[in-house]
Amino acid sequence: MKKQVLTFKVNGDEYEILIHPKTLLAEAIRDHIGLTGTKRGCDTVSCGACTVLVNGMSVKSCSVLAIQCEGMEVSTVEGLEKHGKLSPIQRAFLDNGSYQCGFCTPGMLMSSTAFLDDLAGKKPTEEEIRESIEGNICRCTGYNSIVRAIDAVAQGKYKEE
Amino acid sequence: MSHKKFSVINTPVHNIDGIAKVTGRATYTFDVTLPGMLYGKILRSPHPHAKIVNIDTSRAMELPGVHAVVTGKDTLGIKQGIWRRYEELCDEQILPLEKVRYIGEPVAAVAAVTEEIAEAALDLIDVEYEVLPAVYEPLEAIKKDAPTIHEGVERNVNVTRHIEWGDADEGFEEADYIREDWFKCSGQHHMCMETRAAVSSFTPEGKLTVWTSTQSAYYHQGLLAGVFGLREGDVRILAPYVGGGFGGKFEIDSAQFCSGVLSMKLHKPVKIVLTREEDFIASKRRTPMFYYVRTGMKKDGTFCARESRMFSNGGAYTGMGATALYLSGFFHSFPYKWKSYRYDGYRVYTNTMPSTSMRGFGAPQAMFCSEQQIDWMCADLGLDPFEVRRKNGHTEGYEVPGQAFIASCGLEQCINEIEKWVKAKGKLPANRGIGISSCGFMSGGIFNWFDSPYSFSSAVVTINVDGTVGLHVGCQDIGQGSNTTMAIIAAETLGVKIEDIKVHSGDTDHCPADLGAWGSRQTLMAGNAVKMACEDAKKQLLEFAYAEMGINIVYDLDIKDRWVHIVARPERGLPYGDLVKKALRGKDGQRIMGRGYYTPHRKGMISPAYSYMMQAVDAEIDPETGKIKIHEVMTAHDCGQPINPLGLIGQLEGAASMALGYAYLEDMPFEDGKMMNPNLVDYKVIKAPEMPKTDIIEIDTYEPEGPYGAKEAGEGLTNPTAAALGNAVFNAMGIQMKELPLTPERIRTALREKKEQEAQK
Repeated sequence: MKKQVLTFKVNGDEYEILIHPKTLLAEAIRDHIGLTGTKRGCDTVSCGACTVLVNGMSVKSCSVLAIQCEGMEVSTVEGLEKHGKLSPIQRAFLDNGSYQCGFCTPGMLMSSTAFLDDLAGKKPTEEEIRESIEGNICRCTGYNSIVRAIDAVAQGKYKEE
Repeated sequence: MSHKKFSVINTPVHNIDGIAKVTGRATYTFDVTLPGMLYGKILRSPHPHAKIVNIDTSRAMELPGVHAVVTGKDTLGIKQGIWRRYEELCDEQILPLEKVRYIGEPVAAVAAVTEEIAEAALDLIDVEYEVLPAVYEPLEAIKKDAPTIHEGVERNVNVTRHIEWGDADEGFEEADYIREDWFKCSGQHHMCMETRAAVSSFTPEGKLTVWTSTQSAYYHQGLLAGVFGLREGDVRILAPYVGGGFGGKFEIDSAQFCSGVLSMKLHKPVKIVLTREEDFIASKRRTPMFYYVRTGMKKDGTFCARESRMFSNGGAYTGMGATALYLSGFFHSFPYKWKSYRYDGYRVYTNTMPSTSMRGFGAPQAMFCSEQQIDWMCADLGLDPFEVRRKNGHTEGYEVPGQAFIASCGLEQCINEIEKWVKAKGKLPANRGIGISSCGFMSGGIFNWFDSPYSFSSAVVTINVDGTVGLHVGCQDIGQGSNTTMAIIAAETLGVKIEDIKVHSGDTDHCPADLGAWGSRQTLMAGNAVKMACEDAKKQLLEFAYAEMGINIVYDLDIKDRWVHIVARPERGLPYGDLVKKALRGKDGQRIMGRGYYTPHRKGMISPAYSYMMQAVDAEIDPETGKIKIHEVMTAHDCGQPINPLGLIGQLEGAASMALGYAYLEDMPFEDGKMMNPNLVDYKVIKAPEMPKTDIIEIDTYEPEGPYGAKEAGEGLTNPTAAALGNAVFNAMGIQMKELPLTPERIRTALREKKEQEAQK
């Protein structure tokens, strides 16, 4: 199969890259663009470490072909911080100690971000928060500190800076 | 008990690497790319036991893009092991010359310009095997006619361990009631989010640099130097951020070894990252154990004697498994005062992946057996399990005969707190029960099977002209937050703020040697080294302060919150920053530097200090499906003086999730030596929806051997959970679970058997 040109936006910047059609979005982000914040922890779309947003929806980037993202907007963990200011969920993760080894953190943050964006101010139940990160495995924290962080942001305790 | 007022210790802080981790700046070995780097892949044995007759690599070499294919013949053929003081326990060639002993064992490795080409080349390597009879279970492998896995090792017994004090035979004679049970404890995979990974770069100067996901940079420096015939000083280990360890990342793994062999052959950097499947089948796992437990008790619940025999599935090689054999036997006695105790452990080779250390280090298995049997005996005799544990539990000042001295112990308070909590819950609905389990754990091991000539922990601290502090440590942050803990201890000791401290770790060229992150050793051991180094530097600063302030020498000086002052008159002093500038000039411009180290001496056989805990698990069992729902886990915990409270909660919650996984979800079934679920679809770990509430009550104690009174936290809490869940199932349903994990199928079977027995009556 011949390589193809993919034009898409990552964290607001437009990229044009030449890729093999079977290149995964995760590979395009990490290996072609060099944004290594997005991780990979399995080969079975099970762990969620590679979660990014595609047009605002959370997507496991190992389950999508990069070429499917033609013309789309991809957001990765590197895009959460703006001009040195951390996003509410990033600050809530710091305050709640919601990370340990940090390998699942980028994916966890992106799933949380998509969930919080979708809430549009509605207050979620604890069960809904837990379900929002069901697709992300964390081997270190036991999740409860992550749930506390998401809840704190949903309760409006953190404002955009 | 400590009543000291701290400035930094026990105040919640962000981990010092937090911003790097929440912004994607933290780079792991998985992310390392070097100029001209090649990618490696490993060919693994499909057979559990086979002679390697011939390996033909010529077709693979012809594939365009392939730079090298290596086999055992390209290595020095050195048998290695982490118990390097004992030659007979160094039994593993990572690319074996003669035979393979488990499915997944490496037989050849390829380096190519892309991972895809390397992968394709594996299919072109022709290996001729002569398949040998294999054996997978320790109780089979120990039989006379079982296949021999290692030449000269009789009955496949790899290591034995005998622990004994008192007269057990006499003890059983004194007992009013004796009970014996057999238990089968499963393995568990570390399942680190970052699979094992290494980038090795050997350069023409004869020096090897390895970026790797490790729990101990120093161990890997020593081990890799050994297998490659290099001087330790010519091997540099760089541990960038590490994506989890849990006991599985301080022996040489195939990514490190094969990338090293390939790089030394090619003089190019070679990166190998294990796939999740490789990580499952060919790394290592928690040691599966068969336990026979016989316990004697008086009518009033006084423990008289215990005698246990344990057979562990060692898998194909020794590694850290030898340590697990000993520690399991020791912690099986915990946390009780046995008048007599006898343990015989047998680690048996089998044709399965090797087993090793994993968070809890043999204790979760030991406690599953011990703490359930105690509850069953209490039920048989009509005794209160809390009362029996209080009656027999360790107390401050107790000596485990010939083994350990207990300087601090909050066990009784832990039991009291959990008892209150359980009683406050009142009567539970049908099919729901609360189970308890107590235990203790070590704060670092005192044994030196690695034969390290260096102190167990070391630290160097330098103070810059602006008052900022460089702290160089060899302890390894694998996510548990040790760099933050060390920064807190340094800031407290020097009297500065945590943001003044920059921690340097994970680089054998620039950091002092330290045994690394295992056995819950770093807070106590590295913490003591850091405290000593900072006290050394502070003493030098205060000498200048006495001269500068011209005060009576009977006054004590101290530094707190960057203010150097007379302790009795805190308003009299000078800013820390001013003092540093002057002190530097007074030393002819030499930087202020402090050195610290820690090696335990005269602290018994196991550890300088022990944590204590009791846990309660509230669980509901569906009698139709056998499924367990965990409602809540409550823990009372004595870790001495907490250093980093936010980190402590994280460690305890994390331990609960891993231990619950071990108790009822995570299983590694094998068929003919082949792991049946080597992926994250079929290997079930706890996810956010199943994770229960996990509250913690901290018991205030002070450990004299620990820095500021601190001791172990986080690993020990993997120990009680399987037992507590087992006891919850017993209390809810009246069934006694003797095999882990507590799967719905096992629960259904036990319920059916109970029904049948009742029908017979």
